Amino acid sequence: MIWIIISAVLGVVMITMSVVAIHHKKITIAILSAGGVSLIASILYLLLAAPDVALTEAAIGSGLTTFIFFYVLNKIKKHKHVEE
Amino acid sequence: MQNIGIEQISLAVGFILLLIGIWGMLSQKNILKIIVSFTIFETGLNVILVVIGYIRNKTAPILDTTELQTNTAEKIVDPIPQALVLTSIVIGLGVTALLLVYALKMHKEKKSLLINDYKDTKW
Amino acid sequence: MLRNSLILILILGLAAIMLSIFVDYTPKEKLGPVAEHYANNGKEEVGAANLVTAVVVTYRGLDTLGEVSILFLSAAIIGFFLKIRNEEHSKNQIVIRYSEILGTGAKILVPIIILLGAYVFINGHLTPGGGFQGGAIIASAFVLMLIALPRPALNHRVLSIIESFSGLSYVIIGLLGVFLAAGFLDNQIMSLGTFGTILSAGAVPVIYILIGLKVGTELTGIIGNLKEIQNEE
Repeated sequence: MIWIIISAVLGVVMITMSVVAIHHKKITIAILSAGGVSLIASILYLLLAAPDVALTEAAIGSGLTTFIFFYVLNKIKKHKHVEE
Repeated sequence: MQNIGIEQISLAVGFILLLIGIWGMLSQKNILKIIVSFTIFETGLNVILVVIGYIRNKTAPILDTTELQTNTAEKIVDPIPQALVLTSIVIGLGVTALLLVYALKMHKEKKSLLINDYKDTKW
Repeated sequence: MLRNSLILILILGLAAIMLSIFVDYTPKEKLGPVAEHYANNGKEEVGAANLVTAVVVTYRGLDTLGEVSILFLSAAIIGFFLKIRNEEHSKNQIVIRYSEILGTGAKILVPIIILLGAYVFINGHLTPGGGFQGGAIIASAFVLMLIALPRPALNHRVLSIIESFSGLSYVIIGLLGVFLAAGFLDNQIMSLGTFGTILSAGAVPVIYILIGLKVGTELTGIIGNLKEIQNEE
């Protein structure tokens, strides 16, 4: 029973964060929310008896993807700054 | 629905994430937002694939105790979907990085991230 | 407005399909025939305690080779796009802001993170983890180095030599399987060893170490390319 409640809470948080990721105006917050969705998904994988997948999602889906997003965003912002 | 469990909840979450991802990809105008929606779509897909391999009250497919090494098939969850999801996550990173570099290149050409400004191939 | 309502109709249709799938969903009771074979014979045939590793590296080894080549291809395309941009700009020196505390902390942490990554991929056949995860951890160590240090010594030549060497060795080990064992990427070219120890499962640890090195250097290369174009403008 306790696992059902925990997974339901995780699911609600994931759905909320993904809606925030799509509808928030600031792109920085959108990227961070998408990373958070991945991070919580890795906890869900652990509950679903898939520790390998959880490790991969935490290292790659949540960590490196967010890094690459921020590098590209930083680059685009610098570009805009030079233009103005 | 009397024996609702973690797998039904996770499946529902996966489907909802899939729908949110598709909605974002179709309705957003900013290219970076479209790529963010793409990663959310991918996460939902991976959750669904892992749920397909899940069997209730069984442990992860890692045979680290001697108890698990006899009659293994009755004690573990399905390892094949997990292996496929592993592949899918790594390829997802490659595809996302590629999309982002394309977005960078497009921004360099037109100084804009809005999809409406790209009308060269519109017909 | 018309566009939004069309999208809404599409989403509602997809939601109806998914709802019908969800209502009909019955949880699995037992493994399918293929998975049952893997579960019952994996210990004798592959010798890896982690069955996911057994599936990824040996039973579906060809898929993993394809996955590694897709990752290589996307890294190559990213490098190609960013290289063209590099030549357009004249190189001008810029002063990078650099914090002493961050730099010293990074110098202490980077070797430890690399050690953790190596641990994760060397033990991939015994515990959760493996080449892809370990490679990603090593790449994150290099990300820390690139952020914290003023002039990180990221030698692209060494990176590409390690990458080509590990990719080539992976294919050679796969081909050795054809001549010495049952087929391409068969792991029994080396003895299986004692189940559950680090020198077990034949060629699986060797292949995972090679994959770890390859993935780590590739991801570092992608991030290093992105970093370099940032420094130039």
